[in-house]
Amino acid sequence: MDMIKKTRNVVYVWEFPVRLYHWINALSITVLIATGLLIGHPIGIHLAPEASMTYWFGWVRFLHFAFAFLFFFNFIFRMYWGLVGNEYSRWFNYIPIRKKQWAQIWAVIKSDVLLLKYDEESKPIGHNALASFTYFLTFLAFLLQCLTGFGMYAAMSQSWLPKMFAWFPHLLGGDMMTRQIHHITMWFFILFAMVHIYLVFYHDYIERKGTVSSMIGGWKFVDKDDK
Amino acid sequence: MAIKQKTLYEEIREAGHSRRDFLRFCSMMAAYLGLESSGVAQVVEALENNPRLPVVWFHFQECTCCSESFIRSSHPIVADIILDKISLDYTETLMAAAGNQAEEALHATMEKYHGEYVMLVEGSIPTENEAYCCIGGRSALEIVKEAAEGAKAIIAWGNCASAGCVQAAKPNPTGAKPVHKVLKGKTVINVQGCPPIGEVMAGVIVHILAFGRMPQLDRMGRPKAFYSRRVHDTCYRRPNYDAGLFVESFDDENAKKGYCLYKVGCKGPVTYNACGVIRWNNGTSYPIQSGHPCIGCSEEGFWDNGPFYQHLPSFPGFGIESNADKIGLGLGIATGAGIAAHFLATNVAKRKRIKNEDIVINEK
Ligand code: HEM
Ligand code: SF4
Ligand code: SF4
Repeated sequence: MDMIKKTRNVVYVWEFPVRLYHWINALSITVLIATGLLIGHPIGIHLAPEASMTYWFGWVRFLHFAFAFLFFFNFIFRMYWGLVGNEYSRWFNYIPIRKKQWAQIWAVIKSDVLLLKYDEESKPIGHNALASFTYFLTFLAFLLQCLTGFGMYAAMSQSWLPKMFAWFPHLLGGDMMTRQIHHITMWFFILFAMVHIYLVFYHDYIERKGTVSSMIGGWKFVDKDDK
Repeated sequence: MAIKQKTLYEEIREAGHSRRDFLRFCSMMAAYLGLESSGVAQVVEALENNPRLPVVWFHFQECTCCSESFIRSSHPIVADIILDKISLDYTETLMAAAGNQAEEALHATMEKYHGEYVMLVEGSIPTENEAYCCIGGRSALEIVKEAAEGAKAIIAWGNCASAGCVQAAKPNPTGAKPVHKVLKGKTVINVQGCPPIGEVMAGVIVHILAFGRMPQLDRMGRPKAFYSRRVHDTCYRRPNYDAGLFVESFDDENAKKGYCLYKVGCKGPVTYNACGVIRWNNGTSYPIQSGHPCIGCSEEGFWDNGPFYQHLPSFPGFGIESNADKIGLGLGIATGAGIAAHFLATNVAKRKRIKNEDIVINEK
C-alpha cells in the first residue's frame, strides 16, 4: 500500500465580501427560481372565492421583484469586488485569454471530467480555469436575466432603475420573446446549480482541500507548492 | 385647375352632422389621445380651419380587417367623413374608380400634394419575389418607395404593415416585410393590432390633422397614447390574477366566475394595446371580457410565439407540444444521470486516492 504523506498549509482564499456575495446570490437565485416557476405555472390554489379577499399571487410576484433587486445589486457588488479583491477573486481569472488558462482547462477536463489521471496542475488554490470560465458564463447569464427581467419590469414601474432597461425587450422584438428568454435562462441556472453543487462536493471528496467549507470560513488546505 | 379646398368642418356640416356632433367627435378624439381639456379646443380649431388632409391608402398582403375595423369605429363622423367623403383619394377596396382611373387618381394626388399627403399602408410587402404582390403592373415594394417619397407622414395599419403578421410567420414564404423594414431611415407610425381598434386608427389620423405632426411613438414605432400600457395593466380581471384565481379550462366553474385567463394562454402580460380601455365595437367588449385570452395581436411575431392557449410558447425546433420547461426538465434529468454516473466512475477511477491519502495539516 502506498501511503502518501503530505503537509498542507492553510490559506485564506475567499474574503468575507466574496463569501457574503456567494450566499446572498445562492439565496436570491433560489427564491427567484421558486417564485419564477410559480409565475410561469401558477398552482391552482384558490384561497378565497373573490379576488378582493386574497393576494397570494401578487405576493409571489412581489417576492420575485424584491429578490431581483437584491440579486442585481449583489451582482454589481461582485463586479466591483472583481476589481479590488484578492488575487483569487479578481476579474482576470474568469476570462480565459491566456494560454496558461487554456492549458489548465484541458488539464481539468482530463483529470476531473474524463477521470483519466490525477493532475496537481489542474488544482490551483482558487478556482480552476474551467470553473472560472463557467462562472464567467454565469455572469453573462446574470446579465441576461437582469436585462430581460428589468426590461419587462420597466413597463410596471416608475422607478429610474428598471426604466434604464426599457430599451432591451425591443431588441428581442417585444415582451413575448423577452419573457421566453427569461424563462429559458432560468433553466441554465437550475442546471448550473446541480452541476456546481455536485462538483464542489466532488473536489472536496477527492482533493481534501476543504472546498465545501472554504465558502463558509474562507480557508483552504493546500499543498506546499500550490500556487 | 385650382379648386378651393374645403375644411374638414365644412365637409362634416355638409354631410348633415350638427355642430354638436362635431364637437362631441372632437372631445372624444381628444380624450382618446390623452390630451388635456384645452386640447379639445385645439382639435376643434384645427378641423375648422385646416384644409382637408389628402390621404392615399394602400392595400398589399393583407386581409382588409384594418379597413373593416376602421369603418366600424364608434363615431359616425369617422366612418362617414374621414373615410367616405373627404380624405381618401386612393384606396383600392373602397374607391369607385378602378383600373387606370384609380391609378390616375393616385398619381394626381401624389403630384399635386407632394409633401402634404398622408400615406396609409395596410398589409406587408413581399421581398422574396416582388411579383407576389403587384398592383397595376408594379410591385408593392416599388409603389411603397415611390409613395413614401412625397408623404408627409407614413402610417402602417395593423400587424401586417407594422410587423409582418401571419405572412411573416415562419417560414415566411413570400419574404414578407413590414413597411418600416423596407423604408430605411423614414419614421413610420405603427398602429399595431390585428386589426387595430378603429378609434385608435381615427385618433392617430386626428392627431396628425390637428397638430400637423406625428404623435409620440414608443421604441417599436407605436403611438404612446394607445400602446404604452399592457393589456394586463388595464384588464378588469387583473385582481383575479393577483389573487391567484385562474381559469383552468374553458368550461370550468372558474371560467364562469370570470377568473383570470393567464393559465389558458392569455398574452395580456406581454401585449401593449388599449383593448382594456377603449374596447371594441363601440366600446362594447374586448376579447378577455368575452372569456377569450388575449392572443397578443399587437406584438411582433405573435404567431410564432404560440400556441395561443398555452402560457409558454413552444420551443423552436422541438415541435408544437414542446416548451422551455419540458426541455429544461429533460436536460435536468440528463444532468442528474450524468452526475450519478460521474460519481460512480469517480469512486472506481480514484479509489486509491480516496482510501490512501493521509494528510497532516500545518497551521501557518
Ligand atoms: C436567477 C434569476 C431569475 C430567475 C431564475 C427568474 C425566473 C423567472 C421565471 C421562470 C419567470 C416566469 C416567466 C414566465 O414563464 O412567464 C419570471 C418572470 C419574471 N421575472 Fe424573473 N427571474 C430571475 C431574475 C429576475 C430579475 C433580476 C428580474 C428583474 C426585475 C426579474 C423580473 C421578472 C419579471 C418582471 C417577470 C414577469 C412577471 C410578471 O409579469 O408577472 N427576474 N422570472
Ligand atoms: S385575463 Fe389576461 S390580461 Fe387579464 S389579468 Fe389575466 S393574464 Fe392579465
Ligand atoms: S385583447 Fe390582445 S389579442 Fe385581443 S385584440 Fe386586444 S391585443 Fe389583440
